[in-house]
Amino acid sequence: MNIFVFIKRVPDTESRIRIRDDGRAVAEDGLNFILSPYDEYAVEEALRLKEAKGGTVTAVALGPETALVVLRKSLAMGADEAVLIKDEAAESYDGLRTATILAAYLKAKAGSFDLLLFGKQAVGSDNAQVPSMVAGLLGLPQVNVVTKLEIGDGAGTALREIEGSREKVVFSLPAVVSAQKGLNEPRYETLRGIMAAKKKAIPVLTPAELGLSAEDTASRVEVVRIEIPPARKAGTLVTEPAAEAARRIVAFLRNDAKVI
Amino acid sequence: MILVFLETREGKVKKSSLEALSEGARRAGEMGAPLTAVVVGPFDPAQASGVRALGAATLYHLDSPALERYSSEGFVQALAGLVAEAQPRAVWMSATAMGRDLAPRLAARLKAGLASDCTKIALAGGRLEYTRPIFAGKALMTVALKGEPSLATLRPNVFALGDAKASSGEVVKKAADVDAGAIKAWVEEIQKEQDAALDVTEAEIVVSGGRGLKGAEAFDLLRELAALLLRSAVGASRSAVDAGWIGHAHQIGQTGKTVSPNLYLAFGISGAIQHLAGMLGSKVIVAVNKDPEAPILKVADLGVVGDLFEVLPPLKDEIKKALAE
Repeated sequence: MNIFVFIKRVPDTESRIRIRDDGRAVAEDGLNFILSPYDEYAVEEALRLKEAKGGTVTAVALGPETALVVLRKSLAMGADEAVLIKDEAAESYDGLRTATILAAYLKAKAGSFDLLLFGKQAVGSDNAQVPSMVAGLLGLPQVNVVTKLEIGDGAGTALREIEGSREKVVFSLPAVVSAQKGLNEPRYETLRGIMAAKKKAIPVLTPAELGLSAEDTASRVEVVRIEIPPARKAGTLVTEPAAEAARRIVAFLRNDAKVI
Repeated sequence: MILVFLETREGKVKKSSLEALSEGARRAGEMGAPLTAVVVGPFDPAQASGVRALGAATLYHLDSPALERYSSEGFVQALAGLVAEAQPRAVWMSATAMGRDLAPRLAARLKAGLASDCTKIALAGGRLEYTRPIFAGKALMTVALKGEPSLATLRPNVFALGDAKASSGEVVKKAADVDAGAIKAWVEEIQKEQDAALDVTEAEIVVSGGRGLKGAEAFDLLRELAALLLRSAVGASRSAVDAGWIGHAHQIGQTGKTVSPNLYLAFGISGAIQHLAGMLGSKVIVAVNKDPEAPILKVADLGVVGDLFEVLPPLKDEIKKALAE
C-alpha cells in the first residue's frame, strides 16, 4: 500500500492564545508547537496499515521550515519518507488554498497511491476543510471523523462519528480518510527512530515547483480581525452543605437561568 | 440570494438547519435579497410550511434515486447544479457532522471560500463578515470571503430560531442530475450509540463529569440526572475520557467537541484551559467542585464548593420536585 499522510505543526492545546498588535494574527512567540493531535492518529493508522499490508508511508507537511520538526517526528514514529512543501505565507485559514497545493503535489509527485490520511481538523484553525477539499479536487471518495478503519482489496470500511451514532461507510480505493480520536493509540518514537529521523534527508518543494501560480495560491479568506472573547465573570459561590446547595442550584436554574 | 441547505433525517428538517435558515432570513432581509432553501433526497412535504414560515421564498427539493441516502459526492453534484442555476451570493448550512462533511467538498467544487462553524454573521459595508471560534474558542476570528458565493457552516444552538410568519413561498421539486456511478463512498448502516440519544453539540442541557467522578460508575449518576431534563446529554472532560470511563463522543474541549447549550452542569471538572475552550460558549454554567480554587468556579454563574457525590442525590430530588410543580 502506498499511503500519504498530511500533517501540520500547531500550538499545543494547553497554550494560552494572544493576538498580535495588528489584531489580525495569533502571536506565535512563546507558544509551544506540536504535531496536531488528530494528525498523530493519522500517522499511527498509516503505520499500522503498512505493518499489516506492506508498502510505504510518506508524511507531507505544508508550511515554513519550522514544520520540519513534525516531519521528523513522523519519521521517528516509523514513516518511510517525509516531504516539506515550503510555504512562507502566514496562516491563511483558507482550507481550499491548502487543498489546492496538496492536490497539486499529489498529481505532480505522488504517482499512484491507495490512501490519503489526514487528521479530522488541525487544532487551532479548527476548519476541518482540507481532507474533503482534497478529495473533491481529486475526485476521490472521502470518509471523515473516522474511529475505525479496515482496508481490504481495493476497498475499505470505516466507522465515522455523527451525532449520537456512527455511520458504517464502505468506499473504494484510493480514498481520503480523516482520523478522529479513538481510532488508535499513537506510539512513542523510539530512540533509534529519532536518531534515524535526524539523518534522513527531507526533500523540500515549493508551490511554484508544483506548477502553481501566485494566483493559484492566493487566499480567499481576508482576516478582518482576531480577538479574545470577553472573559466570563465568576458568579455566585455557594459553600453551604449539600442539601442546601442542591436547593440553591435548583432555585438558580428556575429563577435566574430559567432553564427548568 | 442567500441559499440555505436544510439537512433532513428520516425526512424531517433538523432544528439546527432551521436555525441557519432563520439567520439567513435576518441577513437576507438586511441585504434586500431573497432567501431560498434547499432539501436534498427524501423529504416529507408536510415540513414545507414550517420552512416557508421562516421566510424562505422558494424551497427547492432536489430528488434522484442516487440521493436516497446521504453521500458527499451525490449531494455535491446536486447542490452544485442548483448553485450554478440560482447564482446565490451565499450558501449556508448547519455545522453538523453532515454539514462539516459536505460544505468543504462543495466549496472545492465551486472554488469558493468557506467559513467553518460560524457563531456570528454580520453585513458590514455591503459584504458578509463571518465570525468563528479558533483554538476551540480561545479566540474569535472574523473573516470576509473573496468571490461569490461565500460558503459557511453555522454552529448548532447558537443562532436564534426566527418567528414563524404567514408566507406565500413556493416548493419547487426538481429532478437532480446525479451520476450514481461517481459515488464511491456509501453509508451502509447507521449504528446507534447505546448511550447517546442526543449529541452533546445538539443538547440544550449538558451534564458533564470529570476526574472528580473517580470512575465509570459515577457517570450513571449523571445519566440519571440528564434523564430528568429534556433535550439533555452527558458530557465529559478529557481526563474522564482518557481514563476510559466514557466514550470519546462525549468529550468536550479542544480535542473533543465545542458546545453552547443553554445550561452546562459541570461535576468534578477542574476546568483546564483546553476544557474551558469547549464550553465557555454555554449560556449558563453551573459547577460543583470540591476545590474552591478550581478554575471552573471562576467562570461558573453558580459555583458550588462541595462533594459531587453528596450534592447529586438531593439535587435530583429537588429537580424532580421542581418539575412536578
